[in-house]
Amino acid sequence: MSTTPLVQISHVAKSYRRGVQTVPVLTDITLSIAEGNFVALMGPSGSGKSTLLNLIAGIDRPDSGELLVGGLDITRLPEAALADWRAANVGFIFQFYNLMPVLSAFENVELPLMLTRLTRHERKERVAMVLDMVNMADRMSHYPSELSGGQQQRVAIARALITDPKLIVADEPTGDLDRSSAADVLAMLQRLNDKLGKTIIMVTHDAHAAGAAKALVHLEKGELIDGTVG
Amino acid sequence: MFVFKLILRNAMRHKLRTTLTVLGLTIAVLAYGLLHTVVDAWYAGAAAASNARLVTRNAISLVFPLPLAYENRIRGVEGVTLVARSNWFGGVYRDPKNFFAQFAVSDNYLDLYPEFIVPEQQRADYRRDRKGALIGRQLADQYGFKVGDVIPLKGTIYPGTWDFVVRGIMEGRDESTITRQLIFHYDYLNETIRKTTKRNVDQVGVYVVGIKDPDEAAVVSRKIDNVFKNSLAETLTETEQAFQLGFVAMSNQIIAAIRVVSYVVILIIMAVMANAMAMSARERITEYATLKALGFGSAFLSVLVFGESMAICAIGGGIGILATPPMAEVFKHATGGVFPVFMVSHETMLLQAACAFAVAMAAAIVPAVQASRVRIVEGLRAIG
Repeated sequence: MSTTPLVQISHVAKSYRRGVQTVPVLTDITLSIAEGNFVALMGPSGSGKSTLLNLIAGIDRPDSGELLVGGLDITRLPEAALADWRAANVGFIFQFYNLMPVLSAFENVELPLMLTRLTRHERKERVAMVLDMVNMADRMSHYPSELSGGQQQRVAIARALITDPKLIVADEPTGDLDRSSAADVLAMLQRLNDKLGKTIIMVTHDAHAAGAAKALVHLEKGELIDGTVG
Repeated sequence: MFVFKLILRNAMRHKLRTTLTVLGLTIAVLAYGLLHTVVDAWYAGAAAASNARLVTRNAISLVFPLPLAYENRIRGVEGVTLVARSNWFGGVYRDPKNFFAQFAVSDNYLDLYPEFIVPEQQRADYRRDRKGALIGRQLADQYGFKVGDVIPLKGTIYPGTWDFVVRGIMEGRDESTITRQLIFHYDYLNETIRKTTKRNVDQVGVYVVGIKDPDEAAVVSRKIDNVFKNSLAETLTETEQAFQLGFVAMSNQIIAAIRVVSYVVILIIMAVMANAMAMSARERITEYATLKALGFGSAFLSVLVFGESMAICAIGGGIGILATPPMAEVFKHATGGVFPVFMVSHETMLLQAACAFAVAMAAAIVPAVQASRVRIVEGLRAIG
């Protein structure tokens, strides 16, 4: 694990409007996550952990503060540039997998590559390789409805990996899985971190899942309580 | 390629919904095409009519005839090449519902109508037979008449039963030519009524006038009418097309109603289609948010929605357009030949395609905007 910070968050605040009320979600968050780290964001419901993950992943914007990923202040990027940045730099893993139901496992994994200039042959090779990494090569023609939750999440991990991003964000990746599948997914994330050096930020409220991470960040009521982050 | 695959699979995701929407579109586009063809058929007579022929009738009303003596005076007008007589006969063949046009015409009548093609031998046979008649191909096919058959017509204007012997069949020069009429000798009619009723003897319903230059139609018309100014039977001369349009104008309101109905059908299916697309878009908010998170832009999401709408409309509209000509044929036979020319024009097909396209675009606008404006965080939250 490198000591160079991949994610640098300085005095970030975020609030939501609920009618006429403004509800603060994150207050003055300052945090640094080193490249190659595997961080678990923990905290009770409403603590702001998912919001912090969304900000780091560039799918939401803070009200104030600075958020640098790989040295780039993503808060200043216009919408289209931010979309391009996400496509190239972030892999997403969702609690409910969020696979396209009309696409096969192969096509779901191939989906992010449609935004690249790779040829059909190159895409095919790469998808086959990544599906093999997550042990789903034999199910590549199956549709999400024909796969179990654990298998769908493995396909989602393959999709997150396919563009070879530096950063992988996972929002409750084991939240919808049974114990065995959850252990499988966590082991896979650990391998990605250890073997491929991917920086992983995972939101979870499951202490067991958090145990798979190298570092823990605790949030409560939108504030950082403690963080053991490299 | 990938986008097309995604669009088509999305379109077929809810098979029942898509099938019903396609069915609705097919029926709407088909109904539009048939109604448009009905309007075209209404105008077919006028469309087939020539601007190079004039029709001279009594200025008061078509009901009143003109004297036979006018023929030579019309022929003497500068610019006139030929004058033919034509009297509406109005006979009934077996049953009043068997309606078709019958005209008593002078022997030079066909010289003015090159669009009716009659073999020379049949033409000669017709000339020789006082009771001979020529019938159009559409009429012959409808009732199975053939050369040599006797057609008995019960006169409604001219009393008695009149037997006519089919001496020839007039073929149309092209599909737009209406050949659903019977013509027979004016002289036979005139001589018969001279012997029997003695009413309307030496009277002519209308004169059909051939002219040298169609561009001079208005001038020649004026000249003819001037000849008979202040006479007992003043004339009104107009082009044959204007004369036919005068008949169509009598049913203008019906035509307008048919036109309105045809567009209402399209508006209804537009609303149905818009609802189907809105439902689809609502169900896919999370997918749109996921695609956005993965880096796909708003334009891509709009393309997905518009593409799906276009795909459904292309299938429904395509089937509707393809089904229109055979359905028009069925409609033509079902209406018992009310419309002798009932052809689906290229223009109608283009309008059908334009309607299907308009439905696709209109139905997709709101869902496409919604899809493109999905906020990723809210869209992802929508799942649970």
